[in-house]
Amino acid sequence: MSKPRIATVWLDGCSGCHMSLIDLDERLLDIFERADLVYSPLVDFKDYPEDVDVCLVEGAVSSEDDLHKIKLVRERTRTLVSFGDCAVTSNVPGMRNPIGVGPLLDRAYIENVTLNPQLPSEIVPKLLPTATPVHRVVKVDVFLPGCPPSADLIYTMLDDLLSGRVPGVVGSRFGR
Amino acid sequence: MTTVFTFRIDGKDVAGSEGQTVMEVAEENGIDIPGLCHLEGIHDRGACRLCMVEIAGSPKLAAACMTKIAEGMDVTAHSDVLLEYRRTVTEMMFVERNHVCAVCVANNHCELQDMAEGLGVTHFDLPRISPKVDIDASHRLFAIDHNRCILCLRCVRVCDEIEGAHTWDVMHRGLETRVQTDMGIPWGESTTCTSCGKCVQVCPTGALFEKGRAVARGSKTKRPFLPWMKVVAEERGL
Amino acid sequence: MSEMPAAARAVRRRATTEEVHEGPARATAYVCEAASCMSAQAHDITLRLGESAARAGLSDVMVKRVGCLGLCAAGPLVEIAETGRLFDHVRPDDVEGIVGALRKVKPTDTRASQGPFFEKQVRVATENMGRVDPESLDDYVAHGGYEALRTVLSEMTSAEVRDQITQSGLRGRGGAGFPTGLKWTTVAKAQGSQKYVICNADEGDPGAFMDRSVLESDPYRVLEGMTIAAFAVHATEGYVYCRAEYPLAVARLRNAIRMAQRAGWLGTGIADTSFSFDVQVRLGAGAFVCGEETALIASVEGRRGTPRPRPPYPAMQGLWDCPTLINNVETFANVPTILRKGAEWYAGIGLGKSKGTKVFALAGRIVNTGLVEVPMGMTLREVVYDIGGGIIDGRPFKAVQTGGPSGGCIPAEHLDMPLSYESLIEVGSFMGSGGLIVMDDTSCMVDVAKYFQDFCRDESCGKCVPCRVGTTQLWMILDQITRGRATLDDLAQLERLARMIQRMSLCGLGQGAPNPIFSTLRYFRDEYLAHIVDRVCPAGVCTIEPAEVMA
Repeated sequence: MSKPRIATVWLDGCSGCHMSLIDLDERLLDIFERADLVYSPLVDFKDYPEDVDVCLVEGAVSSEDDLHKIKLVRERTRTLVSFGDCAVTSNVPGMRNPIGVGPLLDRAYIENVTLNPQLPSEIVPKLLPTATPVHRVVKVDVFLPGCPPSADLIYTMLDDLLSGRVPGVVGSRFGR
Repeated sequence: MTTVFTFRIDGKDVAGSEGQTVMEVAEENGIDIPGLCHLEGIHDRGACRLCMVEIAGSPKLAAACMTKIAEGMDVTAHSDVLLEYRRTVTEMMFVERNHVCAVCVANNHCELQDMAEGLGVTHFDLPRISPKVDIDASHRLFAIDHNRCILCLRCVRVCDEIEGAHTWDVMHRGLETRVQTDMGIPWGESTTCTSCGKCVQVCPTGALFEKGRAVARGSKTKRPFLPWMKVVAEERGL
Repeated sequence: MSEMPAAARAVRRRATTEEVHEGPARATAYVCEAASCMSAQAHDITLRLGESAARAGLSDVMVKRVGCLGLCAAGPLVEIAETGRLFDHVRPDDVEGIVGALRKVKPTDTRASQGPFFEKQVRVATENMGRVDPESLDDYVAHGGYEALRTVLSEMTSAEVRDQITQSGLRGRGGAGFPTGLKWTTVAKAQGSQKYVICNADEGDPGAFMDRSVLESDPYRVLEGMTIAAFAVHATEGYVYCRAEYPLAVARLRNAIRMAQRAGWLGTGIADTSFSFDVQVRLGAGAFVCGEETALIASVEGRRGTPRPRPPYPAMQGLWDCPTLINNVETFANVPTILRKGAEWYAGIGLGKSKGTKVFALAGRIVNTGLVEVPMGMTLREVVYDIGGGIIDGRPFKAVQTGGPSGGCIPAEHLDMPLSYESLIEVGSFMGSGGLIVMDDTSCMVDVAKYFQDFCRDESCGKCVPCRVGTTQLWMILDQITRGRATLDDLAQLERLARMIQRMSLCGLGQGAPNPIFSTLRYFRDEYLAHIVDRVCPAGVCTIEPAEVMA
C-alpha cells in the first residue's frame, strides 16, 4: 500500500504557517516517514497533483488566482485543512475588506507612489472584492486556527490524520 | 438573618443566600458559567447572553448573571444546546466588527479569544459584516479601537459606578451602536475623563488600550492606576 | 405667524364645532378629522361645509368635527348622522351636494344600512369614534363619558373594580394578551407607597394605527380608563408614552388632559372625592423597542430606551423601581365601557379565552383600508372579504400578516379560522397590536420576510448580541436568497440561526424577530426553494442575479 499523499498550499498569507510547519523540526522526519509530500511551496512540484489525501491550505482567498487554485485543490483532495488564521478567518488579508479594492489599490499604487504611478495590470492576478476565508468558497474538513498554529498543534493534527483518527485541534485558538 | 436557599446547578447540590444570582453561586461552587459583560463589582446587565441557562419548569432561558436564586430551583448551566448557542454568540461577536487577533494589542490577553478557545470555536459559519468603524486616539494615554469593541459596556459601568465620572456612554442603536465619551466628542477633549484608566483595565478585548504598547503587549494584569492619573494631573497643572 | 405643526394648528383653530348650529340640530354632518382624512384636507371640508351651510341659511344644521370614521382609504369622509349616508373622497366641489343632502334630512329619517364594513363591526373601544368631537370634553360627557369613573369613585371599592375587569376577561391589547385583571391585581398588591400607571401609545408595527386613531378620536376615553385603573391599583401618577410621530394624537391628548384637569376629572380630588390622579405625556423619539415595557420605562425615566431582563416585572418594580401598571391604549379604552355595561356583558362577546372585541388596522392589498373593531372569534375571511371588501382588483388572496414584525403570515388555508389570541398562535402568528396586512399574489413571501427582518435589524437597540448581530445575519441570508445566490446550506443556517435568536434574545423584539421567517417557511417553503434551487421568484418581485463564480 502506498503512503498517504500530503500537500500544502500557500494562498494570501505571510507564509508564517509554513514556517511553523518547518518548526516541527525532527518530527518532520517522522511525518514524512509515514507520508509523501506531493506538492508545496517548500518543494519543487509545478502542478497540483491528482489524488491528494491531506492538504494544508495557508492564507485567505483574495485573488482570482487563489480562487482558481483552491477549487482545483478541493477537487483533487480528500481532507482539506484550513491552516492558520488567514485561511480560517481571512485575518490580516481581510483587513482590506471594509476599504474596498479600488481605494486599496489607489492607496498602494497611486497615492504613495512618486514615480510613474499606475495600477498593476499585467502578470498579477486580479483581486476579488473581498479576502475570504477558505470555507466560504469550498468545503473545509478541518480547521486549525492560530497565527500561526504552533508546531505542536500541527504535529498532533497530522499525526491524528495519518493514524486515521479524528484530528484533535484542542488548544487551538485565534491569534497566538 | 439571611435566608439560605438550596438548589441544583448541573445536578450538583448548592446553597446560596437570598438575593444572590445563579452566576455568583455557580462561581462559589467552582461551576464555570461563561460571560463577557459580567464583571464582579459593577452592575450586571444581562446583555452578552453567554451566561444563558435553562431553569427547569421555565420554557425560556435566563441570564445567570441577572437571575436571583430560589429554593429548589433546578439549573442546567451546560448542555449541548447551550454550548451551541454560546458558540454562536461568540461567533457573532467576532463577525460583527473587525477582529484581527494577529495584530491586536490584546492578543493572548483577550477574554474574547479565551472564550472562543474555551467553547471550541475554531471558525465562523456566519459571514463577517466588515463595517467601517473608527479609532479614537485623541487621548493622551489611551485609545479606543471600535473595531474590537463587543459592547459589553464594562467601561461605561466602571466609569459611572466606580470612578463616578460617567465619561463613557452609548450612542446610536443596532449595529451602529458605539460607546462614546462625553456627548460624542473625541476622548482627548473630554472634560469629565479623569484618565484613571479603569475603562482600559476592565475592557475584555483590545478595544481600549494603553498607547505605546506593541501587538500582544496589552496585558491587563498588574496595571497601574495612580501613575496614569498623576501624569494627567501634572499636565493639567493640578 | 410662528411655525407650528399642522396638527397643533388644527387644535388651535378649534372654530368649527357647533358653529352654525343654533338650537337643536335637525341635521348633523360628521366630518372625519383623524390623521388620514386630515392629510386629505378634511379640515378644509369642515370649514367649507360650515360656511356653505351658513350661506344657505340652514341654522338648524350642525357641522361637527369627529374622530376616525374608519374607512380611511376613502377619505376625506363626511357622514350625515341622521340618515347614515356616507360621502367619501369628498372634494371642495362636493360640499354643495352635502349641504343639499343636509337640507333634505327629515326628523323621521332613520339610519340606512351602511354596508358590511360598518354593519359587521362591534364597537367597544371605538364606540365614540366618528361620533364625538375629540376636542370637546362636553361632547364626550354627553356620550356617556365619565359615567363609569363617577360610579367607580362613588360606589365601588378598588377591589370591586379589579374584580369587574377580571370577570370581563379583558386581556392586554398591546400584543401578548396578558390578563388585564391579573396585572391590575398584581400591581395593587405590590409593596410600595408610590405606584404609577403608564399608557403605552408607542405603536410602531408597520401598517398599524389603532392606538393613533383611538387617541385622535376619543382621547378622554383613554384618560378615563387610566384614571379608573389608577383607582384600582392605588396609583396617583400616570404617563402616556406616545410616539412623537403622532403629532395630532399628542395635541388632542394634551388638550384632553388640560380640559380634564380643568373640569376636575384629573388632578387632586377627582369628582369631589379624595382620589387624586394626574397624567403627563412623554414623547418617544422614534425607537420601536420603546414599546417594550422595560425599555419604555427607561425612556420615561430619561435614560436610553433599552430593555432589561424580566423578572422583576414592572408590576413589582417598574418606573423609578415602583410598582407600575402598563397597559396599551386600546386596553384602557375598553375599561370605561366594561364598567358602564358590566363585566358579564363584555365577557359575552368573543370566543373562548379571548373575550370582547379587537381593533384591527386593515392595510395592504385590501379594498377597504381602514380601522375596524370586530368581536373576537370572527373569521379572517369575514374580516378580509366582508368588512375589508376583498382584494384590490379581485386578485387572489395569498396571505395576511398579523402581529407586526413579531408576527407571522397566515395563508389562505386558514381564512376560515376564528381570530383569537390562541388561534393566531396556533397557526404560527401572533395577535400583536392589531395590524392586518393583506397580501395578494404579487407579494413574494421571501421578500416579505426580508422586509420585516430589515425592520428588526434597523430597530434593534443594540444591547444584546443575538438581536444586534443576529437580525442582520438573518437579513443577509434572506438577501442572498432573494438574489438567487443562496444554497440549501444557507437555508439550513437561516433556520438554525432563527431558532437561536428566538431563544437567546433579551426582549420581545429579538425573540419575535424570527417569527416572519418561521411562518413563511411553514406555509411558503416552496417559494424559498424556488429562489434557491430553481433561481426564480414566483411572484416576480425579486431580481435574481446571474450565476457568479463565487459568493
